[in-house]
This record gives sequence, structure tokens and C-alpha cells, in this order.
Amino acid sequence: MSINNQADQSRRKFLGNSAAVVAGVTIAPGILLHTPAQARSLDQAASSKQRWGILIDTNQCDSGCDKCVTACQTENGWGKNETKSNSEQQAQWIRKVELKDPNTGHQQSLPVMCQHCENPPCVDVCPTGASMKRDDGIVLVDKHICIGCRYCMMACPYKARSFIHEELKGQATVAPRGKGTVESCTMCVQRVDAGGSPACVEACPGKNGKAMVFGDLNDANSEIAKRLKQYGGKQIRADLGLNPSVRYQGI
Amino acid sequence: MSIRRVVAGLPLIMAGLLALPLSTHAGDAPQVAKGKGDACVEPTDVIRKNHMDLLKHQRDDTLRRGIRTKKHSLNECLECHVQPDESGKVARIDSPKHFCSTCHTYAAVKLDCFECHSDLPKSMNKSAYKHKLTPDNKHHASMQSAPVSRQMLDAIANGEAK
Ligand code: HEC
Ligand code: HEC
Ligand code: HEC
Repeated sequence: MSINNQADQSRRKFLGNSAAVVAGVTIAPGILLHTPAQARSLDQAASSKQRWGILIDTNQCDSGCDKCVTACQTENGWGKNETKSNSEQQAQWIRKVELKDPNTGHQQSLPVMCQHCENPPCVDVCPTGASMKRDDGIVLVDKHICIGCRYCMMACPYKARSFIHEELKGQATVAPRGKGTVESCTMCVQRVDAGGSPACVEACPGKNGKAMVFGDLNDANSEIAKRLKQYGGKQIRADLGLNPSVRYQGI
Repeated sequence: MSIRRVVAGLPLIMAGLLALPLSTHAGDAPQVAKGKGDACVEPTDVIRKNHMDLLKHQRDDTLRRGIRTKKHSLNECLECHVQPDESGKVARIDSPKHFCSTCHTYAAVKLDCFECHSDLPKSMNKSAYKHKLTPDNKHHASMQSAPVSRQMLDAIANGEAK
């Protein structure tokens, strides 16, 4: 069974079980029967055909707003059950950063989370293979084999990872977390695998419109790719050559 | 503690050690509650013997490759196997009454899984995200392609957006 749009499912029934896949391959890109925004079937692995990304428009991001942060906490269950850790130690999958240009006084606000690099330094330094990049570009910690050495935290130029210092209770079902392992933004894989978008993106009200767009950077027809093509987007510390999947406008 | 008292205690300790295997043989095998539904995801003798291998295979498939089949999913085991008892109470993992602790307590198997994973099925986990993702609920899927206001894009392009 696949979590999918029902109408689409029934329309594709006549194609038989594997036909949807075949159709995707044989028809030239651009006239795909379905956009990759659709959920994969449950037994299909993440594929390098997609590269998931988030575009953040800092002009739409309100400095008083932290709805992306609280939505992430609600979805993934961090930030409320670490009572013994100090503020330096507490988990932080996503944070709001305020920038001020000392010359003009111009202020900007933006969320920063794992930037899901194409060439992730956290993966390079991991001694066990726990730090990993999925085929669709999502960078994760495989906590099953993480030994908690925290090399990845030191390697990350975005300060995107945190380490769990204490025993936890009451974890969310969708995001198992436990003492002695490193963690970071997962781009809400559980939602992406079901055809959805990350909790932060969904919750973002923006000023006059959303400040965050999620989508497939590889799909020229996706909202995110179109916006990037038309208006551009910057990488934080592009000079490092990491090619993050999270891009910013207005910085 | 003096040497004499330790030595005096030795026979007792040894008797205790000897009694251990005997008592387990004498005692009944753990009472394992039947799961929801008619059958398990594998024949009973297979799941009994091989559930650890199936689970560890599944966790790699899911975490590293994004495969989310339900058959050997840990969350799905809990959905069928963690149920309230007659008094409406749900046993937690530290109680031998929790399905995944019955045999493990008996056989002295220690799992680390539930240091991270919830020991309750999603449907009972209060800390879980309550928003249910169903085929009828297109909320999530639709967000991705949500139209961005044309006005807003123009504003950005014209440098009017603040
Ligand atoms: C240090 C934390 C941690 C520990 C300990 C841990 N897991 Fe996981 N596990 C995770 C995370 C994180 C995921 C990814 C969840 C997701 O993406 O949905 C996961 C996913 C899984 C999945 C796939 C999701 C599902 O419900 O089917 C399985 C199966 C699984 N783990 C089994 C185990 C087993 C068995 C153990 C004990 C031997 C274990 N895990 C111990 C963190 C942990
Ligand atoms: C659809 C509901 C369902 C799911 C999902 C399910 N089970 Fe079961 N399971 C059952 C039922 C029903 C039985 C009893 C079968 C019998 O008595 O022959 C059972 C029996 C078992 C037994 C044998 C218990 C005994 O009496 O010795 C084990 C072990 C077990 N399940 C583990 C698991 C594991 C591990 C998973 C997840 C990978 C799982 N089950 C998923 C319904 C389920
Ligand atoms: C019918 C009895 C029984 C039930 C019920 C049972 N287990 Fe087990 N399990 C065992 C036994 C026995 C072992 C040890 C096997 C060995 O060491 O060879 C074991 C081992 C394991 C291991 C491997 C432990 C390790 O150190 O690697 C995992 C993981 C596991 N069980 C998960 C579960 C989960 C999750 C559940 C609940 C869904 C469960 N088991 C329910 C009997 C059971």
C-alpha cells in the first residue's frame, strides 16, 4: 500500500503494478505522468533522481517568528525532555539567526538547520559510517551505529548538529532519539518518504507569503527549482564547496 | 566484612547459583500475550526465532535507504502487540508485561532499542505528532506544490519586499 493521492492511484490502475515506474522511465523528462512530488511506494528506496532542498526567502522571514522551530520540536520531539542538559548541550535541530549589517543597520532573520550538503564534511569524518547521505541528498545520522564521538559536530561549519547528553523519555514515534548519539535536522524524512514536506516548511507563515519552499532541486518543474532559476539563491559559505541543498534568498 | 563471614556465606551463594538453572527449568515459560489480529507477520516459529534479524535488516533498509514497508517495521510490531490489559493499563518496556520484555526478562536479553524508540504504538504515544497522515488527508502532500503568491514573487523581483 502506498500513501498517495487516491485519485491518481485509481487512474493508474489500468497500467498494472509496475507500469507507473516504466512510464516514468520511458516518457521523456518534462512530460512525466506524475511529478516526483508524489510519494514513492513504501518498498521503493530513496533515489538519486531526486535531490530534496529547501529555499528560504529571508525577506519573508519575520524576526519575531519561530514557528519553524516549534513545528520541528513538535514533530520530532526535541527541546522539551532534556531537563538536565544546559543550553549549550540541548538539542537544536533548527535555530533562528538574526543578522545585522553594522554599516547600514539592516537586520535580517533566518532559520539555520542542517544544510544537507552534497559533499558533507560530517560524512567524511565519521569513523563508523553512521553519518551518511541518502541517495536523495538527505544527510542523516544512522543512530544505530553512531558511537557518539562527535567528530561530525566539529566538522560541520553550520553548527547544525547536537549530541544527546542524558537519558530521554517520551520520544516521538517518528523520531527515535537517545543518549550518546548525535542528531540533526532530518528534513523530516518520515514526511518526505510519505510524499509530504518538512514540518518547518509547512508551519512557516512568512510575512506576506511563505518564507520556506521545499521541493526537488533536480526537477526543473518544481516550485523550488523554478524560483531558484528565476530569482537565484545563495548558499551559506559557498566558498567551502559543500553545495548545500538549503538555499537562501535575500542574504 | 571479615573473611570468615564471606567464607561462611559461600555455601549459600553456591546453593543459589545451582538453584538458578534448576528453577528456570522448573518454572513455566513466560506467558506471552497474543497479538492483535489472527496471525503475526511471519509464521509463529519463524518470528519467535528470527525477529531480531528481521528487525535489524528493516532498520537499515528504512534508515539508510528510505524503504518503509510495514511488514517488519518495529512500530508495526508495537501496534499489534502493545495493548491495554483488562484494567485498561498499558505495560511499559521496564515491566516484564510489555510484549517485548516478556521473553527478554526471562532469557536475560537486554535491548537498547527503547532508549530511543517509543515503547508505545504511535496510536497511543501522546508525545507523537497527532496529525494523521492518511490517503484522505492530502494536507501534507499538497503543501509541497502550494502555489506561491505571484504578488509576493513580483515584490521580491522589484525589490519592494521588506
Ligand atoms: C540511538 C537511537 C536508536 C536506537 C538505540 C535504536 N534505534 Fe532504531 N531508529 C532510530 C532512528 C533515528 C530511526 C529512524 C526513524 C525514521 O526515519 O522513521 C530508527 C529506525 C528504526 C527502524 C525503522 C522504523 C520502523 O519502525 O520500522 C527499525 C526497524 C529500527 N529502528 C529498529 C531498531 C532496533 C531493533 C533497535 C534495537 C536493537 C533500535 N532500532 C535501536 C534510532 C535508534
Ligand atoms: C497484524 C498484527 C501483528 C503484527 C504487525 C506483528 N505481530 Fe507478532 N503476533 C501477532 C499474533 C496474532 C501472534 C500470535 C500468533 C499465534 O499465536 O500463532 C503473534 C506472535 C508473535 C510472536 C510469538 C509469541 C509467542 O507466543 O511465542 C512474536 C515473538 C512476535 N509476534 C513478534 C513480532 C514482531 C517482532 C513483530 C514486528 C516485526 C510483530 N510480531 C508484528 C500479531 C502481529
Ligand atoms: C517469544 C519470546 C520473545 C518475544 C515475545 C520477543 N523476543 Fe526478542 N528475543 C527473544 C530471545 C530469546 C532473544 C535472544 C536470542 C539470542 O540471543 O540468540 C531475543 C533477542 C532480541 C533482539 C536481539 C538482541 C541483541 O542483543 O541483539 C532484539 C532486537 C529483539 N529480541 C527485539 C524484540 C522486540 C522489539 C520485541 C517486541 C516486539 C521482542 N523482541 C519480543 C525472544 C523474544
